Amino acid sequence: MYGLVAFGLSLIFGVLRIINFAHGAMMMLAMYATYWLFTLFKIDPYVSIVITAPAFFLFGMLVQRVVIEPNRLAAEHNQLLLTLGLALFLENLALVLWQGDFRTVRPPYAGASFVLGDALVEVPRLVACGGAVVMAVVLFAFLRVTDVGKAIRALAEEPEGAMLMGINVASIRAVAYGIGAGAVAVAGALVTPFFYVAPDVGESFNIMAFVVVVLGGMGNFVGALLGGFIVGLAESLGATLLPGSLKQLVVFALFVLVLLFRPAGLFGGGRGR
Amino acid sequence: MGAEALAGLALGLLLVAPPFLPPYFLEILITVMLFGYLGAAWNILGGYAGQFSFGHAAYFGIGAYTSTLLFLRLGVTPWLGMLAGGGLATLFGLFAGYLSFRYGLRGPYFSLVTLAFAEMLRVVAVNTKAVGSSLGLVIPNREPMPVNFVFAGKLSYYYVILAMTVAAVWVTRLVARSKLGYSLRAIRENEDAAEAAGVDARGMKLRAMALSSFLTALGGTFYAQYFAYIDPTITFGPSVSIQGLLPAIVGGAGTVLGPVIGAFVLTPISELSRAALRGRAGVDVMLYGLVLILVISFLPQGIMGWITKRR
Repeated sequence: MYGLVAFGLSLIFGVLRIINFAHGAMMMLAMYATYWLFTLFKIDPYVSIVITAPAFFLFGMLVQRVVIEPNRLAAEHNQLLLTLGLALFLENLALVLWQGDFRTVRPPYAGASFVLGDALVEVPRLVACGGAVVMAVVLFAFLRVTDVGKAIRALAEEPEGAMLMGINVASIRAVAYGIGAGAVAVAGALVTPFFYVAPDVGESFNIMAFVVVVLGGMGNFVGALLGGFIVGLAESLGATLLPGSLKQLVVFALFVLVLLFRPAGLFGGGRGR
Repeated sequence: MGAEALAGLALGLLLVAPPFLPPYFLEILITVMLFGYLGAAWNILGGYAGQFSFGHAAYFGIGAYTSTLLFLRLGVTPWLGMLAGGGLATLFGLFAGYLSFRYGLRGPYFSLVTLAFAEMLRVVAVNTKAVGSSLGLVIPNREPMPVNFVFAGKLSYYYVILAMTVAAVWVTRLVARSKLGYSLRAIRENEDAAEAAGVDARGMKLRAMALSSFLTALGGTFYAQYFAYIDPTITFGPSVSIQGLLPAIVGGAGTVLGPVIGAFVLTPISELSRAALRGRAGVDVMLYGLVLILVISFLPQGIMGWITKRR
């Protein structure tokens, strides 16, 4: 599941070379969108993807155009702070608008589960997991086959070369950011049936997504999916070995170790910059 | 010279005026000073050396917890606990810094690693009963006793934090004019070139880290003594790290007075918005986010940078 959140992040990093702190906040907004569509219009969370994903794609493009693109040439840390500012703004906007209460979306199948061997499988989680894999395949195919996808990959690898080949880099960057936002909207819709919605919910996903992206290698999509599995495993392993929320410690420790020793990711060659 | 005269005048005002201010304004001034102090501490590493720490909460929390635990368990006066916390935070800062610099983490990677270190400490604090876990620690109501860092009125706290801020600014000024300061700025502009020119980049960055973490920890102790309550989120949470870097960025990173000026701009914004929209939590931080975006978009060098450019 973390893999899906991390996809968008990885894509945005690959193309825009920005570590996007606002990613978790986008996810939080998507979860609220899912919540409101369900509560007000009785639209099923899974169906609502049809509405939220395009909406967030456009929203992402808008944010990129208005906030990020004008500062593209600013110092790297300033861009980092820019997304941090964005995250603070969006998160607290949600807090102002909808208060800090935890909200939940409970469609009829929320509690559905079945027994497989000795494990209890919850249906919504299974759907989320399957959705993440489908999403991965779709995105992967999109990047491989379509012209826009090829342009995105070209931009990620060689920005100047891409520009010289006549690719409109500014709009490709906006599209990439939009796809990142769209992917996170899908992720938001998929987790809402078994998660709570609150203004700070994005933060926990944010940090996990960073871990996943770094594990998988920045800008590496398959790596992001594998990284998601590793983080999920590390977390559940930590949960069985350590009491309380100490399981997060395992994840952070993993994060620090990977950053220190394999900044290009577990599957990337050599070291990062 | 004009700038120094102006700074002197402002300091004089800050020394003389507070006794005549209503309590509400005094509280705001204390917040401004604490904010500016943390910004000044962050600025040494983030502003001068260009190493953007997103995890200064780690040192703030270590300072707050060390002095409070020493006081509650062993009766050690927080004045000493403050130094102990500073020492411990310096050690932790050197440890985190050594690891990051040894393995060549730069830019955003450094930011992420510092964030992870602070989050690890927060998780540990939440899960450790001996330090009060998620409930935190309360310093029980006590008789005013300056020896134990407990004062009768807010005014004394104000003068303590004013002195700390002035000291931090003074240290920054010393650093800025020393070999260390020049080396740090060289590293910030181009680390490889600085090393090629014979600057011991790792050693210099570690020195900046030590100073910055020590000062931040003292701020943590002040916070604990002033509010008499700490918990893992208040002290180790990401918002503390943001509060450290925000005034420095807004005021002007890598300038002596920038962080304090930033604090003077930011705190009134949050206070006014809180007063205007009563009962709506989050408005102030929302505006911080907005200010951050606007400052980076339009004043990338902060207020100080803007002033120098206009001259």
